Amino acid sequence: MTTIWHSGFLVLLVGLPFVGSLFAALLSSNARNAEAWLAGFVALGGLAVTALAYPQVADGGVVKHVIQWVPALGLSVTLRIDGFAWMFSMLITGIGLLVVIYARYYMSPKDPVARFYAFLLAFMGAMQGVVLSGNIILLAVFWELTSIFSFLLIGYWNHTQAARDGARMALTITGTGGLCLLAGMVLLGQMAGSYDLDAVLAAGNEIRNHDLYVPALLLILAGALTKSAQFPFHFWLPNAMAAPTPVSAYLHSATMVKAGVFLLARFWPVLAGTDEWFFIVGLAGMSTLLLGAAFAIFQQDLKGLLAYSTISHLGLITLLLSLGSPLAAVAAIFHMLNHATFKASLFMAAGIIDHEAGTRDMRRLSGLFTFLPITATLAMVASAAMAGVPLLNGFLSKEMFFAETIEQHRASLLDGVAPYVATIAGAFAVTYSIRFIHKVFFGPKPVDLPREPHEPPHWMRVPIELLVLACLIVGIIPALSVGSLLDTAVVAVLREDTPEYSLAVWHGFNLPLLMSVIALVAGVVLYLLLQPYLRDSEEGPPFFRRLKGQRIFERILVTVSWRGARYLEGVLATRKLQPQLRMLLLVAILAGIWAMWGAGDQLPDLSVRGIDPILAMLWVIGGLCAVGAAYQAKFHRLAALILMGGAGLVTCITFVWLSAPDLAVTQLLVEIVTTVLILLGLRWLPKRDEEIYESIDPKTRLRRSRDFALAVAAGLGTATLAYLTMRTPLPPSVGDYYLEHAYSEGGGTNVVNVILVDFRGFDTFGEIVVLGIVALTVFALLRRFRPAEDTSEIPYQQREQNEFDDVQRDREVGETVKDYLLVPSVIMRWMFPVIVLLAAYLFLRGHDLPGGGFAAGITMSIGFLLQYLAGGTRWVEERLRILPVRWIGFGLLMATVTGLGSWLFGYPFLTSYFQYTEIPFIGDMPTASALLFDLGVFSLVVGATVLMLIAIAHQSIRSAKPKTAKPSTDGGQS
Amino acid sequence: MELLIALAIGTLTGSGVWLLLRPRTYQVVIGLALLSYAVNLFIFSMGRLRVNAPPVLDGSMPVDPAAYTDPLPQALVLTAIVIGFATTALFLVVLIVSRGLTGTDHVDGRESDR
Repeated sequence: MTTIWHSGFLVLLVGLPFVGSLFAALLSSNARNAEAWLAGFVALGGLAVTALAYPQVADGGVVKHVIQWVPALGLSVTLRIDGFAWMFSMLITGIGLLVVIYARYYMSPKDPVARFYAFLLAFMGAMQGVVLSGNIILLAVFWELTSIFSFLLIGYWNHTQAARDGARMALTITGTGGLCLLAGMVLLGQMAGSYDLDAVLAAGNEIRNHDLYVPALLLILAGALTKSAQFPFHFWLPNAMAAPTPVSAYLHSATMVKAGVFLLARFWPVLAGTDEWFFIVGLAGMSTLLLGAAFAIFQQDLKGLLAYSTISHLGLITLLLSLGSPLAAVAAIFHMLNHATFKASLFMAAGIIDHEAGTRDMRRLSGLFTFLPITATLAMVASAAMAGVPLLNGFLSKEMFFAETIEQHRASLLDGVAPYVATIAGAFAVTYSIRFIHKVFFGPKPVDLPREPHEPPHWMRVPIELLVLACLIVGIIPALSVGSLLDTAVVAVLREDTPEYSLAVWHGFNLPLLMSVIALVAGVVLYLLLQPYLRDSEEGPPFFRRLKGQRIFERILVTVSWRGARYLEGVLATRKLQPQLRMLLLVAILAGIWAMWGAGDQLPDLSVRGIDPILAMLWVIGGLCAVGAAYQAKFHRLAALILMGGAGLVTCITFVWLSAPDLAVTQLLVEIVTTVLILLGLRWLPKRDEEIYESIDPKTRLRRSRDFALAVAAGLGTATLAYLTMRTPLPPSVGDYYLEHAYSEGGGTNVVNVILVDFRGFDTFGEIVVLGIVALTVFALLRRFRPAEDTSEIPYQQREQNEFDDVQRDREVGETVKDYLLVPSVIMRWMFPVIVLLAAYLFLRGHDLPGGGFAAGITMSIGFLLQYLAGGTRWVEERLRILPVRWIGFGLLMATVTGLGSWLFGYPFLTSYFQYTEIPFIGDMPTASALLFDLGVFSLVVGATVLMLIAIAHQSIRSAKPKTAKPSTDGGQS
Repeated sequence: MELLIALAIGTLTGSGVWLLLRPRTYQVVIGLALLSYAVNLFIFSMGRLRVNAPPVLDGSMPVDPAAYTDPLPQALVLTAIVIGFATTALFLVVLIVSRGLTGTDHVDGRESDR
């Protein structure tokens, strides 16, 4: 059989709503018609594509579409449609289409509809993803997406407190459930040996006998029961009624809450049939059925009544699924379909009443039949279906439900009370259905309604008309209308267990019929009895209205997330940096001691052999410099800087000594730049006088001794560690590989440089990106910065020089400052070309001899730096436009293009030119593509270094400006 | 020779750690610079110390790795030096800006209340 339907259409089914959502978000926020057309076409398209798939899934057919995602982990984007998923996909797109039409008339012109339709479509896509996932992890992902989009939809009117609270609660409950579900899915996949849905469905026996069955079941049930608002997680649903009514009609009748029972049915062949399943699911379902129905009677809010009724009906489905009998599963699937149709239409009717009358409070609504005759008639039919009146679809599945509760499934109390509970809940359903109709549409004319009600626009009613028509058709000729569709869905779930069942209105006089009759009569009687009480009772059922799930939830939330967090922060945390660093160091030292524990026995002899006395002398100086810097850094910053430089120089000489000329060159150059940088920064620090701090209290003394001990321990620790490591022979390392292949494959004799630009070029690439980011951060931080008040005046030395000019008759103020360091500055200017040449030299020889892009880049920036020192910021910038950001950009671009260039030849990113040439003589020419990469490194280093230095240097020019504006304060301070 | 370098690393680390725990931002910046010398030397020493080993290949084939120093730690340290410079610069600027914003050069942004 050839068909135009292709498995790729599955991608369309899931993806199209998301694409539509993107477009919807981009439209103008008051384009109501355009949005509705767009969303309508997306839903209609989805509906059509799904409908066309029917021949593929009839008779147990399955279509799959697999896109590999992380094959190593067994993760793939597998989409799969079978009869059951098909039924849900039809519901999602079909009711989605009706909701879109309805929402067009429901939403007010003041509402930002772009957001509404974007969320609605995205939710539709997520929901399609849930039902069409062929991979159970993917299912969990889409599951969480539905939670997130339902959060956004419930909280759509985010200016009202109720919407925000309801949305947050729904997200917390269903989101947490979703996380449990994910964990459960992982366990399920572990048990089945695959995350593929088909594999999991085929592994039912292994899973039920596995040790992990119970934890997996509990986790999956946590997901399903929270989503379907089952007791004790039911309380989020009534609070979610703060959503716009189209959202309630869509999410809380046909889709979102159905996801939970969808999941239970989907995994019914795998998980059902055990005692655990029967009792947990059965108890949850039964209590939800009864409590939901009872609470629904006492609601005064129309949507609240419908919400509790939904909870009750979902409980009915859950209870059916818990029984473990195939016939019960058939009834459950049938009821999912029926409930979606009548409940969606009732929500829409409630929305119309709210829209037209201006209130949903049943105490105020009355006698609306004369104003809204058509809507009233439609609502009556739908309510009758909800109550289970014959000739309507609700009756059929309820009858099947009654029949199932009579059957013995597992000898237990739960089984024994089931028929009674079912009949009572049936009676309650009749009561609240009658109440809905009688209170709203009949009785005396309403008084002081906010609005004068009249029939809504015709198209707002069309969705309800279609849904009610479906209720009637299914109710009167079930076998002809949905018989085959239901069969397709049932076969997909139950496969070979599919039982014989008959969809007929009349099964003869039997016990289920008797139960129906009892429920109808008892429901009417109950309503008549309760009517006086309900006329103006408070919202919610007696007694229970005090025990609010919402209140308990909020209390727990506050305790855990706010009080608990505060308490822990108070006990464990500090905002001070020093204690944090102290803790870090202490942990590091302890970890080091722990690791080296016992190594003291093997401590090699502390031989002084081979120590060169000259290097030893140098390190005496270096060590003194380091300690001196540590000692002086508080009060004598300049001295500390010089001493730090001393330690750096000795380090640099050590590199030369120990055969690492590349390091020595780079270290020396960096040393120069760092020193200049810190010198520039020194100007902006506050003065600190030694005398003030002479008296030291014991607490400070204690802290200092503690820090000193930590410092000594850290020093000794690293020294020991370094010594022990150096005395053990070097194991063969990857360095040997680089040595052996640097020339033959990298084409350079300076192995360090070849590693940087060739073997590990990608690391270097990352590193220069970091350097560029740091430079831009420095630039951004200083761009809008104004230094502290006390440092913004002209430095003391310059003031003194200006005063000298002032006294001399033949000198202008500023001349001395200008000529400061005249001779060195002339030399520095002349040095510029020489330094540029040196940079070029270091760069070009880098591949074969010490040097390279880093060293050359810093040399070049020192060249610029000297010009700034010699001439001052203004002088340089009048003559030389450096544009460091362009240098950075060029460097990055150069490195990237060089890397991408290797793609043209089919090699991985940053493959060097030398790797794919076999020509022997080319090795003598330094034309490796690595050289271009190194040019990028060079350019970026120049740009980054100069940008940072200039950013700091510019502070001096800036701060001088306000000073010249108000010289009087200047004089007062000096 | 190993003992000397180990002691040098220890001294630099000790001085750096002491400064790291001080309350003034400038002290911390200097401390980090000293600490980065120590860490660079430490990483470098992981390739073991070689005096007078040729640092550059002479172009003859095949190469005997035993005749040369280990280039890998050198390459690591080379990048570490440059990144170390960048972080020092960043810290310095954060120091200046924080001083301008909070009016103090204490690491917590306010004088401690001892």
